[in-house]
Amino acid sequence: MAAVFVKKGGKNNRFTKGLMKNIFIRDIVKNKYIYIMLVPVGAYYVIFHYMPMYGAQIAFRNYAPLKGIWGSQWVGLQYFKEFFSSYYFTRLLRNTLLINFYDILFGFPAPVIMAILINELRGTTFRRMVQTITYLPHFISLVVVCGLLTDFLAHGGVINNIAALFGGSTSSILLEPKAFRAVYVGSEIWQSMGWNSIIYLSALMGIPSELYEAARMDGAGRLREIWSITLPGILPTVVIMLIMRVGKIMTVGAEKIILLYNPSTYETADVISSFVYRKGILEAGYSYSTAVGLFNSIISFVLVYTVNRISNKLTDSGLW
Amino acid sequence: MAMKRTKGDIVFDTINIFIMLILIVITIYPLLHVVFASVSDANLLQRHRGLLLHPYGFDLSAFKSVFDNPMISIGYMNTIVYLVVGTAINVILTTFGAYALSRRNLLLGKYIMFGIVFTMLFSGGMIPTYLLVKDLGLINSRWALMIPNAMSAWNLVIMRTSFRAVSPSLEESAKIDGANDFTILFRIFIPLSLPVLSVMILFYGVGHWNSWFSAMLYIRNRDLYPLQLVLREILLISTSDMTTTAAAGDNKANIGETIKYATIVAATVPILCVYPFLQKYFVKGVMVGAIKE
Repeated sequence: MAAVFVKKGGKNNRFTKGLMKNIFIRDIVKNKYIYIMLVPVGAYYVIFHYMPMYGAQIAFRNYAPLKGIWGSQWVGLQYFKEFFSSYYFTRLLRNTLLINFYDILFGFPAPVIMAILINELRGTTFRRMVQTITYLPHFISLVVVCGLLTDFLAHGGVINNIAALFGGSTSSILLEPKAFRAVYVGSEIWQSMGWNSIIYLSALMGIPSELYEAARMDGAGRLREIWSITLPGILPTVVIMLIMRVGKIMTVGAEKIILLYNPSTYETADVISSFVYRKGILEAGYSYSTAVGLFNSIISFVLVYTVNRISNKLTDSGLW
Repeated sequence: MAMKRTKGDIVFDTINIFIMLILIVITIYPLLHVVFASVSDANLLQRHRGLLLHPYGFDLSAFKSVFDNPMISIGYMNTIVYLVVGTAINVILTTFGAYALSRRNLLLGKYIMFGIVFTMLFSGGMIPTYLLVKDLGLINSRWALMIPNAMSAWNLVIMRTSFRAVSPSLEESAKIDGANDFTILFRIFIPLSLPVLSVMILFYGVGHWNSWFSAMLYIRNRDLYPLQLVLREILLISTSDMTTTAAAGDNKANIGETIKYATIVAATVPILCVYPFLQKYFVKGVMVGAIKE
C-alpha cells in the first residue's frame, strides 16, 4: 500500500531504495505465513517453468550436454534456418494446421449442437442419462482410447469389418495415411463432445424461460425457438470458445499423435510436437528440436495473445 | 407448463430422442465391446467378425493372466503411489498459492500472478524441460512424475477466484481473535471452498491416473512404470508381436487378444466405478472454471 507513495528514480533514489527494502522486510515480518506459502509455489514456477524458458536458448547454441548451456557454442539462427529449409517444415506445418482445421470444422460445432439437443430433451431422467454417458469417454485414458482405436481399426477389427462391408480395404486403417486425420478428429469428437457441451449447457441455463413462453404464445415451433432464442442466447459463449479454439491452431498435443501414428502415416500424422519428441528425445538432437519447439511456442503465443485481444474487443471477455 | 404439445413438438422430440439414442450407442458400444470380448472364449472370439453384441462363450482365464502379469500389479501399485502423493502435492501447493495470491495487499501480487498466468501461454518446450529434469537427476525417479507437474496454473486461478469470494469480514474477525494465516486458510477458506477443493482433487487425481507421457519421457526403469505406460506396452507396442505369433498359428495369440481386452477392463474399471458418483462434481468444476473474475 505504502509503495504507492514511493516515486521512482530522481534525487531520492537511495532514499527510496532504502524505503522499498524497509517496506519489503516489514511486509515479510508481518505476513510471514503468506510468504511461507508462497515460497514453494514461486520456487516451482521459477524452476519448472522459467528455467526451461531460459534453457530454450540452446535453440541458438550447439548444445553439448557435457558443456552445459553456457559452454555450448553460439550458432545463432542455424537450427531455425535448417528447419525452415528442410522438407519437414512444410509437412509439419501442413499437418498441424490441417488437423486443427478439421477439428474446428467438425469437432467444434459438435458439442454446441449436442448441448442444444440435450437442452431440448423433456424427460429429466433421460437427459441425465444422456449426459452421464456422453461425459464418460472424457475420463477414459488416452492410452486406452488409442488402444481401442488400434484394435477396432486393425485388420479384422470392428470398424475395419464394417468398412469392408461398404467396399473399404481390409488392411489396417491406421496404416493408411489418408485416413489419419479422420481417425484423429473422429476419436477426438467421440471422446470430448459430451464433456465440451457442458459449458454450452451452462450458458443455455442462463436463457430466461419467459422468452420461450413468449415465443410459444406467438406460435413458434421448436426449430424456430432454437433459431431465434437458443442460438442467440449461447452465441457469445460460442464466439469466445471459437476464438480461443482458433488461437490454438498451431498446437496439436504430442500424446495422441505418438500413440496413433507409425512410420507409414508420418506423411499426414506427424505434427510439430511429435516431431520435437522424435528428434529431441529419441534422437537426442536437443538444439534442433528445441528450435522447432521454440518456433511453435512463439507462434502459438502470438496467436493466443492476438486472439484474446480480439475476443476482449468483440465480446468483452477473454482469457484475461 | 400447461401448454399442449403440438404435432411438430412430437416429431421434434421423437427425432431428438432418436439422435440421442444413437449417440448413446456410439459412446457406449466400444466400451461394451471391450467388456464382452474380455470375458469371451478366445477361440470363439477369434472366429467372430463384426459387432459384438454379447460375449461369445464365457471364459475368465484372460483376467487370470492379467492379474498374474507382474507388470500389471507393478503398474497398479506405482500409479496409486503417483496418484496419492502427486495429488497431495498438487492440492497443497495449489491451495497455498491460491491463498497467498488471493490476498489483495500482497506485495507485487499482480506481477506474481502475471508470471504464473504467463506460463499457461508460453513454455520453454518439451526438450528444455526434459534437459532440466535430467540435470536435476530426476530421470528414473518417482519424483519426476510428481514434481515437474506439481501444480496447474489454471487450477490455481480457479481456486484463487473461489477464495476471493470468501467474505473478508470472516477473515478480519478471525484476525482480531489472533488467528494466523494458516489457521485462517484451514479453518475458514478451505471449509468454505470444499466443492472447489474436491473438484481439484478429482481433476488432479484423474490426471495422475491417466498420465503416461511424462513417464515415457522420464522413466526407463520398468519397476517404476505407471499403469498407463504398462498398458501402452500391452495395447499398442506389442501389436506387431501379437500378429506374428498369430501368423504362426499359435493358439496363445488368440488369448493374447482377450488378454488385451481384460487389461483395458482392469485398468478402466476404477475410473468407471467412481465416475457416476463424482460426475456432478466434475460438472461443477467445469462451471467454476468458466467463471471469469
